[in-house]
Amino acid sequence: MTDDLNDLKAMMDKATPQPDAARRAENIALAQKSFADLQGSRDAARPTAVTGPKGLWTGVKTMLNTITTKGGLTTTTALVACGFLFLTPQGQDILRPPSAPQITMTEFDNAIPQPQIETGPLTDDFSEDAIIQDAPADAGAELILGPMEAPEQELSFADRSRPAVPKELPQVTNEALMPQMEDADIDEAMRQQQTRAVQGRQSLNAAPAAPSEITAAPRIVVPAPSVDDVTIMPAPNTETFANDDPNPLKITAEEPVSTFSIDVDTPAYAVVRSSLSRGQLPPAQAVRIEELVNYFPYDYPTPDAGEAPFRPTVTTFQTPWNADTQLVHIALQGQMPEVAARPPLNLVFLIDTSGSMDDPTKLPLLKQSFRLMLDQLRPEDQVAIVEYAGSAGQVLVPTSASERTTILQAIQSLGAGGSTNGQGGLEQAYSVAEAMREDGEVNRVILATDGDFNVGLSNPDALKDFIADKRETGTYLSVLGFGRGNLDDATMQALAQNGNGTAAYIDTLSEAQKVLVDQLSGALFPIAGDVKVQVEFNPAQVAEYRLIGYETRALNREDFNNDTVDAGELGAGHAVTAIYEVTPVGSPAQLSDPLRYGANTVAETSDELGFLKLRYKEPGEAVSQLIETPITGSSVPGTEANFAAAIAGFGQLLRDDRFLGNWGYDDAIALANANRGEDSFGYRTEAVQLMRLAQSLSR
Amino acid sequence: MMTSDEDLATAAAAGDGAAFASLLDRHYDRLFAFCFRITGSRSEAEDLTQDICAALPAKLASYQRRAKVTTWLYRVAVNAAHDRRRKRATYAKATAGWGDWEVNRTAAHADTSQKLDWLTAAMRQLSTDLRNTLALVLDDMTHAQAAEVMGVSEGTISWRISEAKKALRALKEQEDMV
Repeated sequence: MTDDLNDLKAMMDKATPQPDAARRAENIALAQKSFADLQGSRDAARPTAVTGPKGLWTGVKTMLNTITTKGGLTTTTALVACGFLFLTPQGQDILRPPSAPQITMTEFDNAIPQPQIETGPLTDDFSEDAIIQDAPADAGAELILGPMEAPEQELSFADRSRPAVPKELPQVTNEALMPQMEDADIDEAMRQQQTRAVQGRQSLNAAPAAPSEITAAPRIVVPAPSVDDVTIMPAPNTETFANDDPNPLKITAEEPVSTFSIDVDTPAYAVVRSSLSRGQLPPAQAVRIEELVNYFPYDYPTPDAGEAPFRPTVTTFQTPWNADTQLVHIALQGQMPEVAARPPLNLVFLIDTSGSMDDPTKLPLLKQSFRLMLDQLRPEDQVAIVEYAGSAGQVLVPTSASERTTILQAIQSLGAGGSTNGQGGLEQAYSVAEAMREDGEVNRVILATDGDFNVGLSNPDALKDFIADKRETGTYLSVLGFGRGNLDDATMQALAQNGNGTAAYIDTLSEAQKVLVDQLSGALFPIAGDVKVQVEFNPAQVAEYRLIGYETRALNREDFNNDTVDAGELGAGHAVTAIYEVTPVGSPAQLSDPLRYGANTVAETSDELGFLKLRYKEPGEAVSQLIETPITGSSVPGTEANFAAAIAGFGQLLRDDRFLGNWGYDDAIALANANRGEDSFGYRTEAVQLMRLAQSLSR
Repeated sequence: MMTSDEDLATAAAAGDGAAFASLLDRHYDRLFAFCFRITGSRSEAEDLTQDICAALPAKLASYQRRAKVTTWLYRVAVNAAHDRRRKRATYAKATAGWGDWEVNRTAAHADTSQKLDWLTAAMRQLSTDLRNTLALVLDDMTHAQAAEVMGVSEGTISWRISEAKKALRALKEQEDMV
């Protein structure tokens, strides 16, 4: 484009108005109606008086009306008379040569199964009998293979006339889904068909020496790629996962302090499970080890009444995969407040109803999940539903949870269609939540999506800012992911972490049961906000350390005391586990050499391994509180700590097994199996099954 | 992320309502902008877009995967605009004999169009073909793509663009002189 056109374009762009929103909706609705009207009505045109069905008599009448010459009439009458003559039994004898064999109808019937074989001029020098007896037996079974396969009897005649074009071809191209096949394609198909015919014939030619092989001949026919393979490409996998590189080994003398935020999300475990159940190892990026570990309920010591809302427990024990290092296992157990005393809930379900949600594992599963959850709510709780697809809309005004039928109807009425506009929906959901706000109640937006934010703010950073602003107003956000193939894990994480909420990935109804029924109160009622963990290791005792997982949750050292820096929430009854692998000073497992010139003589001041500091805020408070406890020497791990270690090992096997040495799936399975504990929900048993699956798949 | 337009169109042609809705939603704004450019009036563009929307489902049957959806959609739009102009001409002929009321109305209409900015007026002075071609090229289409939409050779497009430029330049000079 030239310069003067550029000016013109700029002017034009400025002059072009935005379409009128109402008119736009109207027009789109019109198009959809006309689209719906059109479905199923593409029959042939209805016969009218003018174009009525042409019967025999209409034709004869037309003919007689048009042919007016005497000569024409004489000719046609004579033709008809001759025709009648031939129809009489005597008339039929007229044409029959006296020497021709008499074919009776019974003989003809017998000939039907192999008509070509009996009558065709066979040019090939193989025995007819061989084909007649052997070929059809297997042919029936083989023919079912592909729609484009020509019946194998035709193969032997391929050289006689036109190559055999199977009758099925035109039907296949008529399929509305398929693109119209061009002449070239048909030629190509014919050529393939011909080649196959020739191959088939060659194999038959080769066969007479060993007649038994003839039955195998049809198998040589390679099924042409079916049209489905060519045109319907599998939908590209557009999943994105948020993860950083695995935490590297840190040298205590250089960097003694490690700071991170807790994480109670669990989508990574569900993603790993769904991948493994489909027979694939999960993408390494999808494995966030801390989410795997935190997926399971643990039986850690609960805090006493009147204490902090959660209780830290630290155990140090020998690393299962390395006898020369230690695991520092930090467990936080949140208290379970009395369920009866919980404040009323205001929930806004923000539901993605874009076209991509139209899948059994998405919208229908979502509907079922919400039905499960509805039973957990109390009459004083309120529910509203906002859907977003192209344009956002409120499906259900805030309704008391006791009006079950109304809510269920609204959920059932959701249908997938249109593209996704995540932000328009988010804005509306937040404004609905604002309207529902009352003092002492818990406000939460629950976003259910397959992770697609097509239109509008598709940049995770911009969305983050929006959510973070809203978080300050007291409305939190939880994200439920549905379906695979399109899962935008990065956006989901960004939203939930910034919305003070949890992210969960729901792949089955049992996962919905776990997230929305068994652990609902944990997901909805925070008991401590912005929980940060800081560990200072003692260089005199610990030479090297490594935090397993929490890559996406790392904080700067100075962020720990800065109350404006956001961190994870701890829900009612939640347990959080963090595991460090530490190498004691003087251990043969130490990977780094001591510095030659550095001051590496550290005064042995204490026999503590390190010092654990925790910061948290009471819900609604702005100032954080501090919990401190020293990390002391080795102890015997309990069942819970051992199981957590097994899962951490499993996660590393899936992601990056650099630090594991020879420790493999066998050891992980044995360790997990031995420490299943009570396992009243069966989650740990399932984990062992997944490990076994991963073991088989990784071979 | 996004299903390609072509996949959506093929699915829609096979009767997938969701795909059709999604496709239309994706392209409506662009289609409207294009309609505005070839008609030069907002209300006219809204009506033209409505025509296209109403007829689009039936037209989908003729969609061939070889073509890009945008190209195909523009072609539909150009044809719809043509039909609309033809209908108008017939209507104008039929109503030519109306009384003062119609004359006044047309005069008022002419008055409004004078107030339109230079650009629209200029676009209106171009012949239909030139205007359509220019609208396509201004919509970031290459000459080759525009040629595909209009069903003419690429050379013709290039010639039309230079003609359009010439006409616009002449118009500008004329105005500068006044």
